[in-house]
Amino acid sequence: MKNGPDHRTKNVLVEFLFRLGDDRLILGHRLSEWCGHAPILEEDIALANIALDLLGQASALLRLAGEIEGKNRAEDDLAYFREATQFTNLQLVEQPNGDFAFTIARLFFFSAFNNLLSERLQKSSIEALAGIAAKGFKESSYHLRHSKEWMLRLGNGTEESHQRMQIAVNELWRFTGEMLAFDEVEEKLQQQNVIPDLNPIAPKWNEIVAAVLTEATIIIPSHQKDGGQAGNHAVSGSRNGFHSEHLGHLLAEMQILARSYPDAKW
Amino acid sequence: MEALDEIILLERFESRINAGEKIEPKDWMPERYRKQLIRMISQHAHSEVVGMLPEGNWITRAPSLRRKISLLAKVQDEAGHGMYLYSAAETLDVDRRELIEQLLSGQAKYSHIFNYPTLNWADIGVIGWFVDGAAIVNQTMLAKCSYGPYSRANLRICKEENFHKRQGYEIVATMAAGTTEQREMVQDAVNRWWWPSLMMFGPSDNESPNSAELLRWKVKLHSNDELRQRFVDLTVPQSQAVNITLPDPELRYDKKTQHWNFGKINWEEFWNVVKGNGPCNRERLAARQKADDDGAWVREAAVAYTMKRRMNR
Repeated sequence: MKNGPDHRTKNVLVEFLFRLGDDRLILGHRLSEWCGHAPILEEDIALANIALDLLGQASALLRLAGEIEGKNRAEDDLAYFREATQFTNLQLVEQPNGDFAFTIARLFFFSAFNNLLSERLQKSSIEALAGIAAKGFKESSYHLRHSKEWMLRLGNGTEESHQRMQIAVNELWRFTGEMLAFDEVEEKLQQQNVIPDLNPIAPKWNEIVAAVLTEATIIIPSHQKDGGQAGNHAVSGSRNGFHSEHLGHLLAEMQILARSYPDAKW
Repeated sequence: MEALDEIILLERFESRINAGEKIEPKDWMPERYRKQLIRMISQHAHSEVVGMLPEGNWITRAPSLRRKISLLAKVQDEAGHGMYLYSAAETLDVDRRELIEQLLSGQAKYSHIFNYPTLNWADIGVIGWFVDGAAIVNQTMLAKCSYGPYSRANLRICKEENFHKRQGYEIVATMAAGTTEQREMVQDAVNRWWWPSLMMFGPSDNESPNSAELLRWKVKLHSNDELRQRFVDLTVPQSQAVNITLPDPELRYDKKTQHWNFGKINWEEFWNVVKGNGPCNRERLAARQKADDDGAWVREAAVAYTMKRRMNR
């Protein structure tokens, strides 16, 4: 790589790309589970579309991670031959789909985050990452709009849909804290000017989410000092490979064929 | 007097069809034509939607990211086909909800082929190759049918199905050139899907109750047997190219007719599946019913929200 990062930065960058790639791979996988089972045909199409965007982003990100890592691992090696504890996606995205309200609220929370993050990563000094982020920014703008429209419809629709949406938001809230918390990986990359400052994302995310939840007449789970994101049994550790039990099952299903015939080409 | 009018209208209708004109939604048409089209278009739409299930079964287990993405895109296309077809049916004064209820109640049919299970990854390749291949043969004809909206929907569907078929055949070719296990998977899938795929064209013409009228009104342009023969003639060389055996010992080339002769189809099996006794009929309908039930509150909410917004305006 021309003017590439030094060795230590390289490792951190690979770790960062795994985080990005894994989030999109796992959420894309979860959304693909809806295909054929959605509430209306239009939504089968929309959710599949979003899943396709995310899987496309995941594929590009993992490929790039593999290239930079230089251990001869292609995107499929990374997706299909790592263990759960080697995945660094958020616990938010590995949660089972639940009902449609749960799926939409999770998608909305993640899309708002993805949109703010992609917007910034377009300015990465790593050209390939900036390119993937530019595409991701456009795509996540659509994901955000689509999920926001459903937040409003369900929040303001019927009593049942309102209740289901409130429950979904309450359930999901504890997964959002770690999504907005960055650690030494991002800090190091920012210090090396590989990526811009990501700290403005959290307040912006809270602003977007508060506005939509208010319009959807959904109560924001907590108005505690920290926004409730750190309290209420908030989860943490995903970025270091700590997960809920759901991820292992998801991977068992996803990886079965590739792992059963490791020498086969598909 | 009315009867006389009807005869004149029918003559005019048939002469337009004979002249190769398309019939459009607002044109006069005999009630039988309308009914037959609703039956065919809705069966076609239901087939696309139910057809999402057997292939959807492998999305989460696709063996590479590229395959996962292309399978998901394919199943998504099928949902899209379902949508254009329901819209084409709606031009005949029937609404999508009514048609879906007919599917769920078992009153409306869908292609019998989707009542077979997908048991290994090669099934995904073989479905693209055989099932989409057979659908293309049928839909290429339907793209020329006399009813404008249905003809146009098929034109669009065919373009995408061609892509699906190539994708399926490529999976088959890759696996057939792969490991011993992969070759076994392909052969197993071919053995299971070949005969049901031949049945997709429907019973022989002398036993197909609707054929004569559909041919006269150019809803269909070729008989079921002609289409089936075309499919066999196209597919046999493709199977030879990947060195896969079609499970029919009677398959041989007739130099005189320049067609591949094939063995007897087990129509008893076909009718049994059509009547609801195939390996997955119950599962397919149960899955559609569950999606419909689980989605009811979502659809209600969407309607309620639209109404509220309208009232506030």
